[in-house]
Amino acid sequence: MKHSVKMTINGQTQSHEVEPRLLLVHYIRETVGLTGTHVGCDTSQCGACTILMNGQAVKACTVFTVQAEGAKITTIEGLAKNGELHPIQQGFWEKHGLQCGFCTPGMILAAHQLLERYPKPSEDQIRHQLEGNLCRCTGYHNIVKAIQWASENMAGAKAGVK
Amino acid sequence: MATATDARLFGKSIKRREDPRFITGKGHYTDDLKLAGMTYAAFVRSPHAHAKIRKIDVAKASAHPGVVAIFTGKDMTGVNSLPCGWLLPDLKVPPHPPLAVDTARYVGDPVAIVIAESQDAALDAAEKVKVDWDVRPSVTATGKAADKGAAQIHEVAPSNVAFTWQIGDAAATDAAFKSAPVVVKKRIVNQRLVANAMEPRACVARYEDATGDLTLWVTSQNPHVHRLLMTAFVLGIPEHKVRVIAPDVGGGFGSKIFLYNEETVCSWATRRIKRPIRWTSTRREAFQTDAQGRDHVTDVELALSREGKILGLRVKTVANLGAYLSTFAPAVPTYLYGTLLNGVYEMGAIHADVTGVFTNTTPVDAYRGAGRPEAAYLIERIIEAGAAALKMDVLELRRKNFIPKFADGYQTKVALSYDSGNYGAALDRLLTMLDYKKFRTEQEASRKQGKLIGIGFSTYIEACSIAPSKVVGSLGAQAGLYESGIVRVHPTGKVTVFTGSHSHGQGHETTFSQLVADELGVPIDDVDIVHGDTGAIAFGMGTYGSRSASVGGTAIHMSIEKIKEKGKKIAAHLLEASPKDMEYVNGQFQVKGFPGKAVPFGQVALTAYVPHNYPEGLEPGLEETSFYDPSNFCFPFGAHACVVEVDRDTGKVKVLRYIAVDDVGNVINPMIVDGMVHGGVAQGIGQALWEGAVYEDGSGQLVTGTMMDYALPKADMLPMYETDRTVTPTLVNPLGIKGAGETGTIAATPAVVNAVIDALRPLGVDHIETMPLSPERVWKTIQAAKPAGAASQKR
Repeated sequence: MKHSVKMTINGQTQSHEVEPRLLLVHYIRETVGLTGTHVGCDTSQCGACTILMNGQAVKACTVFTVQAEGAKITTIEGLAKNGELHPIQQGFWEKHGLQCGFCTPGMILAAHQLLERYPKPSEDQIRHQLEGNLCRCTGYHNIVKAIQWASENMAGAKAGVK
Repeated sequence: MATATDARLFGKSIKRREDPRFITGKGHYTDDLKLAGMTYAAFVRSPHAHAKIRKIDVAKASAHPGVVAIFTGKDMTGVNSLPCGWLLPDLKVPPHPPLAVDTARYVGDPVAIVIAESQDAALDAAEKVKVDWDVRPSVTATGKAADKGAAQIHEVAPSNVAFTWQIGDAAATDAAFKSAPVVVKKRIVNQRLVANAMEPRACVARYEDATGDLTLWVTSQNPHVHRLLMTAFVLGIPEHKVRVIAPDVGGGFGSKIFLYNEETVCSWATRRIKRPIRWTSTRREAFQTDAQGRDHVTDVELALSREGKILGLRVKTVANLGAYLSTFAPAVPTYLYGTLLNGVYEMGAIHADVTGVFTNTTPVDAYRGAGRPEAAYLIERIIEAGAAALKMDVLELRRKNFIPKFADGYQTKVALSYDSGNYGAALDRLLTMLDYKKFRTEQEASRKQGKLIGIGFSTYIEACSIAPSKVVGSLGAQAGLYESGIVRVHPTGKVTVFTGSHSHGQGHETTFSQLVADELGVPIDDVDIVHGDTGAIAFGMGTYGSRSASVGGTAIHMSIEKIKEKGKKIAAHLLEASPKDMEYVNGQFQVKGFPGKAVPFGQVALTAYVPHNYPEGLEPGLEETSFYDPSNFCFPFGAHACVVEVDRDTGKVKVLRYIAVDDVGNVINPMIVDGMVHGGVAQGIGQALWEGAVYEDGSGQLVTGTMMDYALPKADMLPMYETDRTVTPTLVNPLGIKGAGETGTIAATPAVVNAVIDALRPLGVDHIETMPLSPERVWKTIQAAKPAGAASQKR
């Protein structure tokens, strides 16, 4: 039996009939067609599917679509505003915080919540907060630098996305 | 405008041109692709390590709603084995059908493909395929594969031996050991690793009935190689009717070089069902089926004089190849390993003996470094063990044996001729970043407080920029290892470059643009780099073995040289000068020494396509193709150091500092090279401390089959890395570039393990046979250790 769901993704209302078992990440990728959210594992370890759900960084592979009923969701595609990169996106670019780019959307959105919790994070705080996101290319060095860059450049301003 | 004189981009850390799409979620990975009429595939795989297939019953599965087709190995008539692309003289090459027909030989071996209207339907139906298995005994352990009574995996390979191979001078080595006053002997296990690129493998295969064209999008490091192997060797379909596209690829580390079962089966099946098919690996499937790395068991002996000169090195290695020969598997534990055993040291004699064995495990092939990490680990571990035996400092022993600085060639005792090297200089640079004497003093003090602090070094060498075709051909490669580069100058002076190498994180779109913008003196925004499409690119061998900048870059450089030569003729004609008197400076063709008598690049480009006033007999157009085949490998080297603290009570190792000095020759983009080093070092530390594929003896199950069980390094497990470089350009290629993709992985593992051993030395520990040095293994080692000397008593 299918269920109807309605939610807002990147400011746009989405409503579909979905199977109860459909994971939110597959809904976002396959039904809505936003492929920036990636699937890197099947055990909720890698964090490539991290999105913002009602302002919280969430692994979209751990949520059923029907659980997101009425939610306000931001994916990587919705982070830049009016063509202007979010400071975290800019930080990843400035500091070479990515190589293959596959983990990057999830990293950026995990960093988004990290910087809401700790606007001026220590290196240890950054590393600890990124524990749920795996990267195989960068050895994390430049990801830490990218988030530090974002922190410095967001100083005073609010993160921007809720 | 960037020009050769005022704003050289070569050597500058410019931001990556590919990043805007990745940081906004606009990359195009294979699984992102959606085509009209798309179907979705799931594979039925063996749950057993070794089992005969009595019968496959697909009736129930076929009746599942949404199922389009189900095929088993028996349906794939006229399809050949997946080929092995590197042959050794006595190599046993067993059949490797894309879908196992009679026998499955590892957990994950595919036996059927289920194709359906949705991914869910395919997965559900796959569970309804009933396979009647006749389970057989299996063997997974490297050291037991050739034992008497071990399960026999292939008829063609008695005792599961795929090959025996040796290199060096056995008699000279035996003689050196006979008279050596000091001999150190260790067993060293280089455990099996899983590459774990963050993007799982995937493919989309689309056959177009009306034209007979097949397009395969696939997570490949080398789309032309994929096409060649698949068309010429397996499916027997015409190469020119197949286009292979490797779009954005999320990391490879070697695991995406090889032709795998799944894309082959999908390419075959799309021709049967005449609809596109998408398959994307789950992570669980990736653990079971992506070619794995390393897996050596080695007995190594080092013969030393009392003064510390290396008299001989004797190596006996058993290399686990898994259940089948993956595409380049035989090359890894032989020519990419044995030939590197000379390290950076003068050695009296070397002999290595390698036996490759089949087991009921996932096939093993190249993983970042491929053979060179195994060699470097062996040498750098045994040299520190040798120093301990001589009671000599580890750096003193290294310096006593370093090959002295050379600029053009050093013949090793294991076939290779190194290009250029200055090994002492890299270590000198490292020691400017690390106060070694002070460290040893502090270490002594902290030991007195019961702390276990250690330092380990690695002065490594590797062979990359792969590779001279003639040489590898004589060693068994079934392919050439040149690279192609096409430079197309458009009528408006804009430039498109087509490279046969492929970026899956390396940043080709940036580095190659830097090279081209510099050499042509055009703005970097006027240059585009195209890679990963056999429909656009002449040919290509792809990206692995740190070859893109050195081999691929040189091919592009050669085409630019040809463009300049042709441009001189066109400009000379316009200026009524002789082509011999022309030079190309600052983006214009000018009469030598007369910048005022010049034709700009754009005007030459336009003239080439609108040849009204044009040299007699010269072809219109401005596009050049080059294939560059290197004359030798290149040999990056360096010195790494790692400082660790071991928790005595838990066995947990914390990396306190990691310092890397690498010499990769000339560097186009230091930011990108640093990033490569960081990632490589992380993987090397990962091998030393956490990673390892474990198969259960008996059942043959991969018990580290998910990211919950296989410990990939996380952000909070790693330090910031301290990196620097020395620059010793190679003379092998005109760019002086050696290659930077694998140095970190090769260097880091021994540095970390040496550091842990150094930390544990007061407890009487001088060796740990097997990695990873997980808390459990280190704790057990501490418990079993017999205290040596006073230092350990002072806790």
